[in-house]
Amino acid sequence: MKDMHAVRVTVNGRGHELVVEARRTLADMLRHDLGYTGTHLGCEHGICGACTVILDGQPARSCLVFGVQADGAQVRTVEGLADGERLSDLQQAFSDHHALQCGFCTPGFLMLAEAYLAEAHLTGAGGEPLTEEQARELAAANLCRCTGYQGIVEAILATARARAGGNGAAEGSPA
Amino acid sequence: MSAIGARLPRKEDSRLLRGRGRFGDDVSAPGQLWARVVRSPCAHGLIRELDVTQAAKAPGIARVITSGDLPGGLAIPVRLTIPGADLGDHLQPVLAAGTVRYVGEPLAVVVGGDPYACEDAAELVDIDIAERPAVLDARVAPAQQVAAELAAGYGDTAAAFAAAAHVVSIELAIGRHSGVPLEPRCLLAVPDPRAGTLDIYGMTKVPVWNRDLLAGLLGMDETLIRVHAVDAGGGFGVRGEFYPEDFLIPWLSLALARPVKWAEDRAEHLVAVNHSRQQHHRIAAAFDADGRITALDDDIVHDNGAYCRTHGVAVPELTVAMLPGPYRVPAYRGRVRVVLTNKTPCGTYRAPGRFEGAAAREHLLDVAATRLGMDPVELRRRNLLTAAEMPYRRPITTLNTELVLDTGDYPALLAAAAREADRLGYRIGPVAPRAPRVSSGTGGRLRGFGLAMFVEKSGLGPQETADVTVSKSGAVHVYSGGTSLGQGIETVLAQIAADALGVDPRVVQVTAGDTAAQPFGAGSWASRSTVVGGSAVHLAATAVRERAVRLAARMLEAAEEDLDLADGFITVRGDQAARIALADVARAAEPARGYLRPGEPTGLSARRRFEVSRMTYPYGAHAAVVDVDPGTGQVRVLRYLVAYEVGRAINPMLVEGQLRGGVAQGIGGTLLEEFGYDEAGQPQAITFMEYRMPTAAEVPAVDVLLSQDAPAPGNPLGVMGAGEGGVSAVGAAVANAVRNALGLAGSVGQLPLTPARVRRLADASARSGATA
Repeated sequence: MKDMHAVRVTVNGRGHELVVEARRTLADMLRHDLGYTGTHLGCEHGICGACTVILDGQPARSCLVFGVQADGAQVRTVEGLADGERLSDLQQAFSDHHALQCGFCTPGFLMLAEAYLAEAHLTGAGGEPLTEEQARELAAANLCRCTGYQGIVEAILATARARAGGNGAAEGSPA
Repeated sequence: MSAIGARLPRKEDSRLLRGRGRFGDDVSAPGQLWARVVRSPCAHGLIRELDVTQAAKAPGIARVITSGDLPGGLAIPVRLTIPGADLGDHLQPVLAAGTVRYVGEPLAVVVGGDPYACEDAAELVDIDIAERPAVLDARVAPAQQVAAELAAGYGDTAAAFAAAAHVVSIELAIGRHSGVPLEPRCLLAVPDPRAGTLDIYGMTKVPVWNRDLLAGLLGMDETLIRVHAVDAGGGFGVRGEFYPEDFLIPWLSLALARPVKWAEDRAEHLVAVNHSRQQHHRIAAAFDADGRITALDDDIVHDNGAYCRTHGVAVPELTVAMLPGPYRVPAYRGRVRVVLTNKTPCGTYRAPGRFEGAAAREHLLDVAATRLGMDPVELRRRNLLTAAEMPYRRPITTLNTELVLDTGDYPALLAAAAREADRLGYRIGPVAPRAPRVSSGTGGRLRGFGLAMFVEKSGLGPQETADVTVSKSGAVHVYSGGTSLGQGIETVLAQIAADALGVDPRVVQVTAGDTAAQPFGAGSWASRSTVVGGSAVHLAATAVRERAVRLAARMLEAAEEDLDLADGFITVRGDQAARIALADVARAAEPARGYLRPGEPTGLSARRRFEVSRMTYPYGAHAAVVDVDPGTGQVRVLRYLVAYEVGRAINPMLVEGQLRGGVAQGIGGTLLEEFGYDEAGQPQAITFMEYRMPTAAEVPAVDVLLSQDAPAPGNPLGVMGAGEGGVSAVGAAVANAVRNALGLAGSVGQLPLTPARVRRLADASARSGATA
């Protein structure tokens, strides 16, 4: 007998109720039960980070979380970043800095960086701007096979600087 | 202003950034079943029994098949055939029958309504295999394991070696690694029993070839099969070739008259998708007293894994054909023994044969520079072919084309690269390999610099076809036979079409890789899409422009030669008021509008074919600065420079992106990534914990010097390919830098340069230094 559970979850501000098997991952639930196919599965063992979503404010590998664990939770996926047709500043920076090629890892990097920047990591403890080293360390949490990471690091830096109120977006632009 | 050469934002980005991409597993069909492939747990053995009884009875399982359920004798043919190589006995069956030859070989397929239930049932298949010894070392494999022996060359190498002032030889092994795109493979096959059609999602790279092969295997008319264009999460050579699953999933969907989806998981990807690269080189060069190469000889053992797949022996053939690289080599002999082993079969991976060959050749040159007491850059400069020698014909064929280096100024590029490396502070004094330098303040870490030159190939023909159509909204539609693998083909082809047609690239929509929209496409591989596919689009868009002007002349009652087409409008020169939108011309090209003459084709569209018999050869130099910790064996790449001649960059941002991404993959294959096997042939890299792809922490910012000084003479755009030059020479440049850091006299011996191997090299170097 399948071990089924009722789940209530809010995704990008929209409530969903569904019944899932206990072992069903949050990633499969989002993708195949709720239609949020922007969340991608690259390894299903928590290394690549393509499936990263924001779960109650924290970046989480949705392949390592069961759907039932998201009962009552707020989930943000890549589909929730843009304001209507207008890309978010982070999404726009990814395009400006050529931070994506095939785009498969991109939703994971976007959600990782969005969660990090939302935690007010825009500046260091002493108010100094986010460094390239810090942006690189953040980006090292996920895998990208196409870009060589340079554009991703630049896009995160530019967004952090712009959000911190500086004019860093121009500073980080490609030459 | 021309759309060509602009750093335009990518057309692909908008959907991919919003999570609106359409990757294989994003597409589903009503009533869809899921498939799970059961794979061999043994490297080599005889199948005694495959009992699927329990699996077939498991809840929710619709069907379980083994080879006995399929038509007999099914094997996947070679796509890239090389004359003289008969590989008929070495092709992979779609399901193993009798013998298994590698861990991961498909044995059975379980189909059911739920993918989790299919995985459960797959474990109920009772596999009884009588294990046999596994052949794992290609160098000592018995003769019956040799699938082919290939050679390329010319001149009298024996005489040149006998007369040489210096002979330098090394051995270098290249590790087994591969493309490993971030999206695993996925296929969805949707049959329509009423219409007799079959729709396929997830075949990329060569969709028309795969469609035709599938049609033949299924006994169907090929036009009843439609391969749809989908996004692909990276290709790198491995994705989209015809694998066993490319037959099994469509066949099952027809047998069950239901849509069937298969989504590969990462563990099976790492044992199922084409591996690549594993070669052992014994390479030697003869020099005269001035350091000029008089002969080059390479004896290669190529580990091809258990079968010859769709690439046949193309990778070893490319290795020996491209080995002389950018140098003047009066006599050359390259031999390669293609050996079958009990490992995952091999195919192409970005810069196939060139990554391997460049590593061996360029590492040899650095060892030779030490031996001859010369600066490695000067040794290369002395031997490079010059602009005056172009075009330069090598008496070698590869991929059924003559090898004619078409254009370029290799010494100028080397000089520019060396200047740029110096300007950026890469080099730390003259290169003195026997005197290891300790990086200041880094706890005994050793700094090293390495440089390598290479020639790439691109633009493989024989043809590509493109259709360009203007619709009544004024939108321009391009239907290309290329496929979208992340390289930005939609953006590049839109820029080419916009330039030829005189419209804004934003109004151009590109459909790439749909076999119904473009049934004559040859696919995206071999750095061919911009060169061959782009030229086809250029021809088709130019033809549409000519037709638009002809029709507009009738509409405006003006002479064709007085008309201009720009920004989507046709204007009469000198008359601002007399203008007509391209959309209106598209309407005028419809039947019964009164503008078409008898015999003129309907619609504002054109189909053109670009044919080319030879490749075009881009080239470049890589330079690396590394830091080596002799205590832990860790190598860090601190700086990396790619200097690359691309003829003409359609979108420089995308070219730089290709080069940077290639460098990252090259660093992976040189330092981190390796498909290891234990003595029983069990794969040791089966998750991303063991198969270590570089992260942002291992890949530095990459400096790019993009050169557009040598337009390709063989295509109307003057373009060369850019897909592979970022990876071609990474093994060479990083190996040279590590050798330089450690002060080695000879070769590093083996890639990847894992910490354990580097420690051994450091220890050996320290010992020889102590006794010297």
